[in-house]
Amino acid sequence: MIKFTNVTKSYPRSGAALDRVSFHVRKGEFVFLTGHSGAGKSTILRLVQMAESPTEGEVRVSGFSSRLMRPRDIPQLRRRLGVVFQEYRLLRDRTADENVAFALEVTGAKRQSISPRVGRLMAQVGLAHKARAYPEELSGGERQRVAVARALANDPLVLLADEPTGNLDGWAGEGIFKLFQDINAMGTSVVMATHDLDLVRRHPKYRVIELNQGAVVFDSAAEPRTSGSA
Amino acid sequence: MPYALREAFSAFRRAPLLTALSVVAIAFSLLVVGLFGLTAYNIHLAITGVEERVEVVAYLRDSASEAQVGIAREEIAAMPEVSELRYVSKTEALATAMRELSEFRDLFLDMEANPLPASIEVRLRPGSRDPTTVEALAATLAAYPFVEDVRFGQEWLERIFVLRRIAGGVALVIGGAFAAVAAIIIGSAVRVAVFARRDEISIMRLVGATDGFIRLPFLLEGLITGILGGAVAVGLTFLAYRIVSVALIEVAWIPVEWVLLGVLAGTALGFAASALAVRRHLRAV
Ligand SMILES: Nc1ncnc2c1ncn2[C@@H]1O[C@H](COP(=O)(O)OP(=O)(O)OP(=O)(O)O)[C@@H](O)[C@H]1O
Ligand SMILES: [Mg+2]
Repeated sequence: MIKFTNVTKSYPRSGAALDRVSFHVRKGEFVFLTGHSGAGKSTILRLVQMAESPTEGEVRVSGFSSRLMRPRDIPQLRRRLGVVFQEYRLLRDRTADENVAFALEVTGAKRQSISPRVGRLMAQVGLAHKARAYPEELSGGERQRVAVARALANDPLVLLADEPTGNLDGWAGEGIFKLFQDINAMGTSVVMATHDLDLVRRHPKYRVIELNQGAVVFDSAAEPRTSGSA
Repeated sequence: MPYALREAFSAFRRAPLLTALSVVAIAFSLLVVGLFGLTAYNIHLAITGVEERVEVVAYLRDSASEAQVGIAREEIAAMPEVSELRYVSKTEALATAMRELSEFRDLFLDMEANPLPASIEVRLRPGSRDPTTVEALAATLAAYPFVEDVRFGQEWLERIFVLRRIAGGVALVIGGAFAAVAAIIIGSAVRVAVFARRDEISIMRLVGATDGFIRLPFLLEGLITGILGGAVAVGLTFLAYRIVSVALIEVAWIPVEWVLLGVLAGTALGFAASALAVRRHLRAV
């Protein structure tokens, strides 16, 4: 469903952020992306969203190819992806409810269907009782739950998370991670970039892809690796 | 209310001053056009009145035979630019002269022979009253051997046509300059609106809103600004018309189609300016 084939991404000023990266994430998989700061984790997630295109190689996501992608196809791809960031990125002038509804409104969901769907999503992330709160009235963990509910609004095939627990303490982070596990258990793939090696070690059944200076140095799945050395 | 419309209105609430400025700018650019329109229309009415009287008169030699003149009258009347033809005989001409110039009545009576020539007076159809056509017709008439002289009001005719062209040109230039200013102001209004909503826009992109959907509120904003600007311009033009009518001279109000055209122009201006600006500024988000 997500397939990187010899993907190199270089920036004019900072050089190669990714170096001949290949991997294949299948439907329903749970994948940790790990590596030092600057290893290229966020770059991979941006390439999956096709917010950027690879300098070399090919990114394929759910039938879309970076080689054939036209700008007007991008919205269609984005609707199949849910994205969560470390810093939540909620709209401050909207309630939790409205933040989730926003994702549905702007992708043309039917009006009558929005409100019940938002209700279900808020319940799913365990925040039904805080639906009317504004982001600043919520804790970090609660904000991230709202962000997760928004990411799930369009029923994505994959949930992409860039250090979703980075700003949260242990308990709150654990709660968010449990949520991801539940979501994954219902068939949605999850790709989560994280620094938290403890968390990764505690869940050995999930796949780990480790990056170092833009190259894949470890992939726990028996998938084709990058041919080059680390 | 649909999302795009709600957002367009919230942009007005967010930056009311800039919105007002945009409306005023459009209104002024169209007011200039409106005032010239008013002037042009009244000149047009005046000219049409004068043009009604555009006449080419061919004075005939006394030696012209009735048969010759008869054939010529039929030929001239058949010309496409001619709407009306009148033959004035020597006797009629004298009678008219004695009526209109009564102080010379005795002088005319004293004369042995009638000194006035017979003439053919030709009126032109609307659309054939421009200097070129009139001159061409005059030349045709002058070519008849029994025509002694041809007269038409050539100088003032040309002057009026030049005047009309200058007025149109000036309106175009000044109106255009104001329109450019309006477009620039609308552009910065859009920029402010895009900036104010940059978080929303980036989230819209994240969750897969289409470009058209993201642009729509800004386009609506421009459209509404344009309609308001056009309406205000019509109001101001009407005010000017009332003031001139009451204080100076009786003038005519421009036709309804022109008014609609003005509002339409404002709408188009607002829409085009915001379409251009939104294309440019959205790229930066
Ligand atoms: N827009 C950009 N322009 C230039 N260089 C960039 C850009 N984005 C990322 N890079 C470079 O690419 C490399 C990888 O960055 P990336 O953000 O993917 O790292 P990361 O693994 O997510 O790090 P962190 O754990 O700190 O978030 C870095 O060296 C960074 O400097
Ligand atoms: Mg990162």
